[in-house]
Amino acid sequence: MRRPWTFWPLAAFFVLFVAFLYGPTLTIGILSFQGPQGGLTFPLNGVSFHWFGELFQQQAVGDIWGSFRRSFALGSLVMLITVVVSVMAGLAFRKRFAGAGIVFYLGIASLIVPSILVSLGVGILFNVAGIDVHWMTSGLGAQLTWTLPFGLLIMFAVFNRFDPAFEEAARDLGASRWQTLRHVVLPIIAPSLLGVALFGFTLSYDEFARTLLTAGSYNTLPLEIYGMTTNVTTPVLYALGTLTTVFSFTVIAVAAIAMRVSLKRRSQPSR
Amino acid sequence: MSASIDTPAAAGRPAAAVPGKRPRGRLSENLLGWLLATPFVAVLAVFLLLPIALIFVVSFWETSAYSYGPAFILDNYGYLLTSSVTLSVYVKTLMFTALTWAITLLIGFTVAWFLAFHVRSLGVQISLFLLCTIPFWTSNIIRMISWIPFLGRNGIANSVLLDLGVIDAPLEWLLFSDFAVILAFVHLYTLFMIVPIFNTMMRIDRSLIEAARDAGASGFQVLRHVVLPLTLPGIMIGSIFVVTLVMGDFITVRFMSGGQSASVGRTIANEIALLQYPAASANAVILLVTVLLMVGVLMRFVDIRKEL
Repeated sequence: MRRPWTFWPLAAFFVLFVAFLYGPTLTIGILSFQGPQGGLTFPLNGVSFHWFGELFQQQAVGDIWGSFRRSFALGSLVMLITVVVSVMAGLAFRKRFAGAGIVFYLGIASLIVPSILVSLGVGILFNVAGIDVHWMTSGLGAQLTWTLPFGLLIMFAVFNRFDPAFEEAARDLGASRWQTLRHVVLPIIAPSLLGVALFGFTLSYDEFARTLLTAGSYNTLPLEIYGMTTNVTTPVLYALGTLTTVFSFTVIAVAAIAMRVSLKRRSQPSR
Repeated sequence: MSASIDTPAAAGRPAAAVPGKRPRGRLSENLLGWLLATPFVAVLAVFLLLPIALIFVVSFWETSAYSYGPAFILDNYGYLLTSSVTLSVYVKTLMFTALTWAITLLIGFTVAWFLAFHVRSLGVQISLFLLCTIPFWTSNIIRMISWIPFLGRNGIANSVLLDLGVIDAPLEWLLFSDFAVILAFVHLYTLFMIVPIFNTMMRIDRSLIEAARDAGASGFQVLRHVVLPLTLPGIMIGSIFVVTLVMGDFITVRFMSGGQSASVGRTIANEIALLQYPAASANAVILLVTVLLMVGVLMRFVDIRKEL
């Protein structure tokens, strides 16, 4: 069959869009190899690892590695909680329960309430309660209002494609509710849980707006980077951006590979 | 990503696996549902509902020199609603929202249309779709910073335009301007349009399009009278995301305008920085009401429980 004439202009449009999407990131990727005398824009003034080296120097502004460690710890924690809580909520929605609609709209509301309200409100909450804000407590809670609804929506999609026959079979064979969950449901949805985990980690790792007023005196990495934009005018900013983007891509790749592996393992007959 | 906006719901669907349960089972079913939903509800109650309730309360409090405290005054709202600054800030924010919405919709629809109806192999479709969504999992701040070498005074855009002889002197309005703000919004948020629109398009029954073609519809007529109406729910979900993200934004506007443009979110952020929590709260309440009204209008076009 011939392609409709619209194919080529649309394909060109798509290519342009992808270039628009990735072009700037690639540019700072290239510019982070700027020579020691180079500036924030082209031309490249030599090629070097100078700016990456700067990141490991003590005199570099701020506490990059400390904030990275905090972001990593927070991201892992958010990921863990998001997976567990979303799966539980997803399971709850499989059966009708009174108030399900309200819970659903609570989740939707969490997505559409402007981030700054969460930041402000959680800040006030801790202030009024006389507790200092800290990334591990208020920061964690504020981020969960962003990751949990995504987790729940993914679980909806997962359970809508889930064949209840597997569970019925397990129950007919005498499995308890817990055994069914543990040995039938969870293994089947495991690949999707990796997707929820990816959302949980990356959304937390890059979160800015909800963390801004709730992180307390220790910055997470995005906050640290934002602070740098006001007083750092060298390509060290690009080097940091490149490193953290490479880190994000690595996390995505690991999740994708893990998903593939677990899907493959599932489709192989195990006798 | 694709999974997230697909089919929802279990929420609105009759339970499939429990035919003919006795009333007693019904009750324990309810109990189990509540228990399983409790952590989710608890987190959102403490970190979403309670904070918003507090914002509402504090919006009536008064500010003294270095702190704020309980009171019931309407001054915060009075100042806000009579200030001409408020109006201009809202006009500006709505302008950002409207332009970003229109551009992301146009790009998002075109990209989704290409992916759903012009790419034939499912594998290629999914790969290209993922290509569009990967930036969602990377840092927004970095993606904003990455425009500097493009738009700066000595940036790529200016050099190219100078070399081509289109301009004689570098354009100053590329970076740190309203233009840059909207460009960054489009860059960051177009995928929030692509994902739901692509999802609804993928669920359109292809025989409908064949039928329209057989009945003599042109390609454009198919697009206008078949694809577009059936894609409306996806468009609305994407619009809800884009509108709420842009309306509440304070960071993109601040960074990409170089601190020169105002937005409602920025005003709130500034008041917070000055520790004027009551004023910030009143502002936040008005913003929330505005956003909810806009979402309410958009929701009229879509049953979100059915479409997600």
